[in-house]
Amino acid sequence: MDNLYRDFILEHYKNPHNKGVLDPHDLHYADSNPTCGDEMSITLLLESDRVTVADVAFEGRGCAISQASASILTDTLRGQTLDQIRALDPQAVLDELGVPIGPARLKCALLSYKTVQGAVSGGVAEWPEMAEAM
Amino acid sequence: MAVETSKQVIPGAFSGTALRGDFPVFDRPTGSGQRLVYLDAAASSPKPRTVIDTMADAYGHHYANVHRGIYELSEDATRRFEQARKAVAGFIGAPSEREIVFVRNATEAINLVAYSWGRTNVHSGDLVVTTQLEHHANIVPWQQLTREVGAELAYVGLTDDGQLNLDDFEAAIARGPRLVCVSAVSNALGTINPVAELTAKAHAAGALVLLDIAQAAPHMPVDVSAIGCDFAVLSGHKMLGPSGIGALWGRRELLDAMPPFMTGGNMILRVTLEGAEWNTVPQKFEAGTPAIVEAIGLGAAIGYLNALGMASVREHERYLFEHAWAALHEIEGVRLLGPGDPAIHAGVISMDIEGIHPHDVATVFDSLGVAVRAGHHCAQPVMDRYGLPATTRASFYVYNDLDDVTALTDAVRACQRLFGGA
Repeated sequence: MDNLYRDFILEHYKNPHNKGVLDPHDLHYADSNPTCGDEMSITLLLESDRVTVADVAFEGRGCAISQASASILTDTLRGQTLDQIRALDPQAVLDELGVPIGPARLKCALLSYKTVQGAVSGGVAEWPEMAEAM
Repeated sequence: MAVETSKQVIPGAFSGTALRGDFPVFDRPTGSGQRLVYLDAAASSPKPRTVIDTMADAYGHHYANVHRGIYELSEDATRRFEQARKAVAGFIGAPSEREIVFVRNATEAINLVAYSWGRTNVHSGDLVVTTQLEHHANIVPWQQLTREVGAELAYVGLTDDGQLNLDDFEAAIARGPRLVCVSAVSNALGTINPVAELTAKAHAAGALVLLDIAQAAPHMPVDVSAIGCDFAVLSGHKMLGPSGIGALWGRRELLDAMPPFMTGGNMILRVTLEGAEWNTVPQKFEAGTPAIVEAIGLGAAIGYLNALGMASVREHERYLFEHAWAALHEIEGVRLLGPGDPAIHAGVISMDIEGIHPHDVATVFDSLGVAVRAGHHCAQPVMDRYGLPATTRASFYVYNDLDDVTALTDAVRACQRLFGGA
């Protein structure tokens, strides 16, 4: 019926991967999208080299797009270095969702990206430019 | 979708189905190829052809600056602009069109009062009262004012069913506020407030009353003289008119005593290098070239509404509201906000569908051609009161019919099926 809610997204929303809080963890960041009330919190555990992600988990509540996006994004983070994550292209995050995201839903889709950036950048996170206008 | 329902006679002397022919936006199919079911009038309304044509004609054949030119074209433009002012005055029962100030929207009108009247009349230790039901436009300017001058801002709370808590109101006015600011109809819940009664009580306590009629004037008869309030504000774009035009009404003696809000051209009588002498109202508050054609467009929108009759508009929406409320009430997992009593509930339905975020609801609705608002409706204190980050809001207007009500309930069920009770 609806492109945006094909099974892939709904499956991640109903049965999210990497849901929870890592204890212990090395990095943590929480963020929200006050215009819709979506909330996101991410914890990361690092390998002994201190730059490679060993494990990741997210907690959050909000719309299907924001929660599915967090499930899908966190699936890709294990084994990546902090530098690789900092260099992540937000467009790649959108592409991973596999459905077209309209301008009004960009912040929903990119809240997980922004929260991850906050976690790997010492608590500094900004919306990608493409989401700023909304 | 039940086609035959559109043949049912809706009280109100006009057919929403037939009226859709007056609105070009309904000519185009939605992105998903379906008929547009527009249920977001509370955010902004579509424009009838007469408004669009009047504006095109005004730009094409009657356009010059107003209040300036000593030539026929400018006089023509000025006459049309001033006729629109007269139309607004008549529409809301203002005693004189000289009490109508054109502004961009209700938000600007409230800011005008807060800056001009507020900063002259509200002082340290004074009290201003607003309510938790208000649009942010009727909260934030008062927060700014009271913070700046060291006054207090008190809020009238809400009952569980979305009405103003009248005990709260009595307690607040007993403290002798300078000003009481309240909406006639809540944009977030649809609650119709007893504004005449509130005004009388506020006046008895020595307060002035500012009425936000942005959600009332488009949908029901409003008579500011009968209500007895002191200021009223509205936005043209919510009542079939263009964006960029709204109005402030204020009692003449109040407007006369108020200093200008913005200064510059048009609002002066005489300027020297030493200073300036203000123009009379309403020009004193209309600095610079106004939204000339937008005002003329608003006048055309008022003409359209007057032809329908505002009592009929109200009756039409009340009928749709009753049917929609009853139908949604029957769907398990749908929580409806607001009073629900059609006597005090306008054609606005704010709902929470259990387990489905309003943004997801609105996106699924959109795929079915149904346009609703999902969010906090610029009324976050209302959302906080009911423990929700956002709601899904459907709002009716003259072009809606029972098919639209069916489309709404069908969309709710489709949403629930898709999310499978997630």
